[in-house]
Amino acid sequence: MGMTIAEKILAMHAGRGSVSPKEIVDATIDYVMVNDVTGLPAFEVFEEFDATPICEKTVLIQDHYVPNKDVASAEQAKSMRNFARRYGIENHFDVGRGGVCHQIMIEEGFAAPGRLIVGADSHTCSYGALGALSTGIGSSEAASAMATGELWFRVPETQKFTVEGELGDYVMGKDIILNIIGDIGVSGSLYKSMEIYGSAIVLLPLSDRITISNMAIEAGAKCGIIPPDEKVFSYLNDRVIGDYSPVYADEDAEYEDTFEYDAAEIVPMVAKPHLPENVAPASEVDVTIDQAYLGSCTNGRIEDLRCAAEILAGRRVHPDVRMIVVPASKSVFEEALREGLLETFMAADAYVAGPTCGACLGGYMGVLADGERCVSSTNRNFIGRMGHKDSEVYLANPAVVAASAITGRITDPGDI
Amino acid sequence: MKKHIEGRVWRFADNVDTDQIIPAKYLVTGDRDELAKHAFENVRPEFAEGAKDGDVIVSGGNFGSGSSREHAPRALLGAGITCVIAPSFARIFFRNSINIGLPLIECEIDAADGDILNVDLENGKIANKSTGVEYTFPSLPDFLMKLLDIGLIENTKRKLGTKRSG
Ligand code: SF4
Repeated sequence: MGMTIAEKILAMHAGRGSVSPKEIVDATIDYVMVNDVTGLPAFEVFEEFDATPICEKTVLIQDHYVPNKDVASAEQAKSMRNFARRYGIENHFDVGRGGVCHQIMIEEGFAAPGRLIVGADSHTCSYGALGALSTGIGSSEAASAMATGELWFRVPETQKFTVEGELGDYVMGKDIILNIIGDIGVSGSLYKSMEIYGSAIVLLPLSDRITISNMAIEAGAKCGIIPPDEKVFSYLNDRVIGDYSPVYADEDAEYEDTFEYDAAEIVPMVAKPHLPENVAPASEVDVTIDQAYLGSCTNGRIEDLRCAAEILAGRRVHPDVRMIVVPASKSVFEEALREGLLETFMAADAYVAGPTCGACLGGYMGVLADGERCVSSTNRNFIGRMGHKDSEVYLANPAVVAASAITGRITDPGDI
Repeated sequence: MKKHIEGRVWRFADNVDTDQIIPAKYLVTGDRDELAKHAFENVRPEFAEGAKDGDVIVSGGNFGSGSSREHAPRALLGAGITCVIAPSFARIFFRNSINIGLPLIECEIDAADGDILNVDLENGKIANKSTGVEYTFPSLPDFLMKLLDIGLIENTKRKLGTKRSG
């Protein structure tokens, strides 16, 4: 019987000819990543093993609370610096050299087709956009994976999603995934692998595909895999570390479910508080906003910044709104600087900051007060996600974020 | 890990995410007792003070969704929670809990705050002593049962031991 992409990647890494859903297998991982929040507990657990980490498979990224926001986060970040130094781990991305972990994993060539990558961060599923099976794990198992290079996996059932046709103006990958989550719900893919196909996906730039895979976890999925094509190969050309071999599903692969969407019917969406499944067309949501956030591993790439800058050019952020722009990595920041995008944002009265997770998780630098509302290009609108428990987050694509920043209310970019 | 649990219920609804279990601003320590002080702070401020050793959480589906923070099951263990019962769990929360020894039971049951439950992990039985209703649940696959019992740390040590001697 044929296998899906997730089944094939797991079989290959478990040294097996085939695997089937629900089986539990031990598989060799290609990389394990931790960030400054999940790192500390992992390092503490690691000490119990009396082992040395497999350095070339270990990636350490400082992004959540850096530059250190207070003494406690400084201690946490220091534990990562110490761990890196102690074991000579070269893949350590500290302040000024990195950015948001998932963007770094992709930019630095760790993510590639056919690889099995785990990360102690739930949005590790982002690299599915490059044809990898990547998924979030906890800190203890990250420590275990650093020591052994292996981890247990339950082989997921696979659901197939197909999006055919052409997307309209200002409709992005974000809107595709919000549509899917609105449709199947936040547990619609629980424990499962999403495989995403269709002519609309083929047309999408890699950046938008990453947004889709990034939010697979918001439907509960283990991973969200898009079959890799020429766009992926050429992106990886001069950045990928080592070799890779693309993996595709067999013709007779077995899917638990199939879903089909017509790209022409998808419009700019928002996910209202407090779940990513509470979706509605941006044009139908009439609320004022206090903050507009553009950034994160979901939509903080150069393509996202370009899209927002185009809308903001020659305009001003509404006087009642503060807009915060955070490029997802150093290289996105540099490129935005070169292209004059940062100047455009600043001329529009947006606040521009260096790469960090910061506001996305209500950590620092953009925290919401009681009753405040934010339109955000991020991936989660849970209770208290960006600050006070009675603040609200509306998830949207970068064009909706920019348009809303200008009008001071949730706005479909086609309406300005 | 205890195989027989008798505990008082804390009842939660669907989609309890890890931000609710432990808000991001407290993710500056991995210590379970420290984390427990802030468990459910935003959504059930009375939990941290009120939770007693041996208590049980009963919830709607998709418990533990969202962030991968292992701080969430750690906070629950720190608060004295002995098991969580829900129709479904988010997958990273599921892994984390099993790895650190917090039993999770996939089962939909009727229980209200303060009900007393009797849970038999080995034989897959739950009795709600307050309502008199009993439930059965399928036990975990052997591998996960063993992991729950010995914990991932011990499991990893054994694996490393085998590799070294092999
Ligand atoms: S940008 Fe937000 S969602 Fe992405 S890794 Fe950072 S905190 Fe998590």
